[in-house]
Amino acid sequence: MNNFDYVRACDVAEAVKMKAATPHAKFIAGGTNLIDLMKYHVEQPRRLIDISRLPLTAVEETSAGGVRIGALVPNSTLAYHSLIESRYPLLASAILAGASAQLRNMASTGGNLLQRTRCAYFYDVATPCNKRTPGAGCSATGGLNRNHAILGASADCIATHPSDMCVALAALNATVQVTGAQGERAIPFADFHRLPGDRPDLDNTLRADEIILAVVLPPQGFAANHSYLKLRDRLSYAFALVSVAAALELDGGRIGEARLALGGVAHKPWRNEAAENALRGQAPGHEAFGRAADILLKDAKHVAHNAFKVPLARRAIIRTLTQAASGTPQIQSIKTIR
Amino acid sequence: MSPSRESAAPLTKPAPLSVTLRINGESRTLSVAPWTTLLDLLRNHLDLTGTKKGCDHGQCGACTVLIDGRRALSCLTLAVMKDGAEITTIEGLAKGDELHPLQQAFIDHDAFQCGYCTPGQICSAAGLIAEGKAKTREEIRELMSGNICRCGAYPNIVGAIEQAMGGGR
Ligand SMILES: Cc1cc2nc3c(=O)[nH]c(=O)nc-3n(C[C@H](O)[C@H](O)[C@H](O)COP(=O)(O)OP(=O)(O)OC[C@H]3O[C@@H](n4cnc5c(N)ncnc54)[C@H](O)[C@@H]3O)c2cc1C
Ligand code: SF4
Ligand code: FES
Ligand code: FES
Repeated sequence: MNNFDYVRACDVAEAVKMKAATPHAKFIAGGTNLIDLMKYHVEQPRRLIDISRLPLTAVEETSAGGVRIGALVPNSTLAYHSLIESRYPLLASAILAGASAQLRNMASTGGNLLQRTRCAYFYDVATPCNKRTPGAGCSATGGLNRNHAILGASADCIATHPSDMCVALAALNATVQVTGAQGERAIPFADFHRLPGDRPDLDNTLRADEIILAVVLPPQGFAANHSYLKLRDRLSYAFALVSVAAALELDGGRIGEARLALGGVAHKPWRNEAAENALRGQAPGHEAFGRAADILLKDAKHVAHNAFKVPLARRAIIRTLTQAASGTPQIQSIKTIR
Repeated sequence: MSPSRESAAPLTKPAPLSVTLRINGESRTLSVAPWTTLLDLLRNHLDLTGTKKGCDHGQCGACTVLIDGRRALSCLTLAVMKDGAEITTIEGLAKGDELHPLQQAFIDHDAFQCGYCTPGQICSAAGLIAEGKAKTREEIRELMSGNICRCGAYPNIVGAIEQAMGGGR
C-alpha cells in the first residue's frame, strides 16, 4: 500500500466536508474492496476518511410501507434481519450467495454497491486497462475474457459488475439515497450503475462529493415467489459466471408483476423491460420463461472465451423462474439445483 | 488520469496513530502507521503469530480473528479503524492448559494436516457457532467456505465443528 493519512468522521456532514476538502481522499467502510485494491496499487488515495462509525446502521420500515437500510448495515446483519428474511427473502438469499461469512460480517451495504470489477487486468497494474487508466486500452478484449460481459459492453470495456446483492436490489426496484455538497437526492437503482460506453472509469452515477446514506426498498417484496440462482466455478466463495434474480407475482394461475435481473453478464445488474413484459399475463411455464430468456438475450454478444455464458444464462433464467413460480427458491447451502 | 491513479504522488510520512485494542482480554496501546493491518499488528508488533497470513487479500480465511465477537479477516482490517475493539485470536481461546472445545475437537477428528489454515478455521468456527445459523453439515460447509484448506481436511473439519456444536460425536 502507498502511504496515506487517516481521519475519522463523526457525522455525515463532517464526512461530506472532509471529502470536499481533499480531492484525493476516499471513504472507507468495511474496507474489504478498498484495502484489497490499495494493496495492488489499483487505488492510491492520499487520505482515508473512516465512515464506519457513522450512525447509518438502522434497518427500519418506512412510512410508505417499505424498508430503509442504512449504508453501514453489514451484509450479514442485513441477510439475517427479520424484516428482510420475512419480506425480502430474495435479497437475503442473494447476499448469502456472495463472498464468505467473514467478508459479509465486514462488508457494508454502501460498499457493496461500490465494489469494483474483478476483471484480472483491472487488478494488474502492469497491463493496460481503460477502467484504471482511461485511454490505455483494454487488455481483456484480446486476452482472457471468460468471465466478461455478454450484454451492454463497449469497445472500451467488457468488464462485469461483481455484486450479488445488487442483482436482487435491481430486481426489487430499490432506491439509493445519497447526500453531498449539493444536498440529498434519491437515485433509482437502474440509474445507479452505468454501462461502460466510452467512460469505463465511471462505474456509477454517484458524484465524487457524495456519500451513500441508505438503500430504500419499496413495499413489494415478492416473498412468496422468488429465487436467486448463482452459477460459478466453485460451489461457494466465488464470483458469479451468471446469476439470476427472479421475482413473480402470481394471480389466479397467471403472472402479474414480473422481475428478472442478471448478474455476471454486464457492467451493471442487467434488466430488460421487454422480457419482463413478455412474462406478464402469461401462464408460468417453460414456454413463457424461454420466450422471456430469448428476448433478454437477443442482443447478447460474446468474446473469445465466454460464448458459454449465453446458453448458460438462458437455462439459468428458465430454471430460476421455474423455482420462483413453484415457490421453491434456491437454498444457498444446498448445492443441487432443483 | 483515472480518479484512482491520479493520486499516485508521494506523500510525506504521516505521523503514527495511537490505537488501543483489547487483545485476548489484555488492553494494549500501540503506535502504528495508518496502513498497518490488524494482521500485521498482531504478528509483527505483538508477536502473536498464531494468526496466519495466507493470501493477504481476503481470499483464504487463514487470518480470521474475532472482532467484538464476530469473525472477520484481519488482513483486510486497518488496525486504526478498530480502536477500542475486543480482539480474540487463536492464542486467546484456551483457558490456561484447558483447550477450547473446538481445539479439542480438531485434535479428536484429525481435522488438519499441515495446520496452516487451522487457527483461522478454529476462530471462524467459533464465530459460526456464536452466530447460530448452521444446523446441518451442508450449512456448516457453506458457512465455513471462507476458510480454504490446501490439505483438504474439510470432512474432518466439519466433523470437528459438529462435535463442538454438540451435534456429532
Ligand atoms: C475474496 C472476496 C470474495 C468476494 N466475493 C463476493 C461475491 O461472491 N459476491 C459479492 O457480491 N461480493 C463479493 N465480494 C465483495 C464484497 O462484497 C465487497 O468487497 C464489499 O461488499 C464491499 O463493502 P465494504 O464496506 O467492505 O467496502 P469498502 O471496501 O469499504 O469500500 C468500497 C468502495 O466504496 C466506497 N464507499 C463505501 N461506503 C460508502 C458510502 N456509504 N458512501 C460513499 N462511498 C462509500 C469506498 O470509498 C470504496 O471506494 C468479495 C470480496 C472478496 C475480498
Ligand atoms: S474489461 Fe474493462 S476492466 Fe477489464 S481490462 Fe478491459 S477496460 Fe479494464
Ligand atoms: S490472509 Fe486474510 S484471507 Fe487470506
Ligand atoms: S491443514 Fe494444511 S491447509 Fe489446512
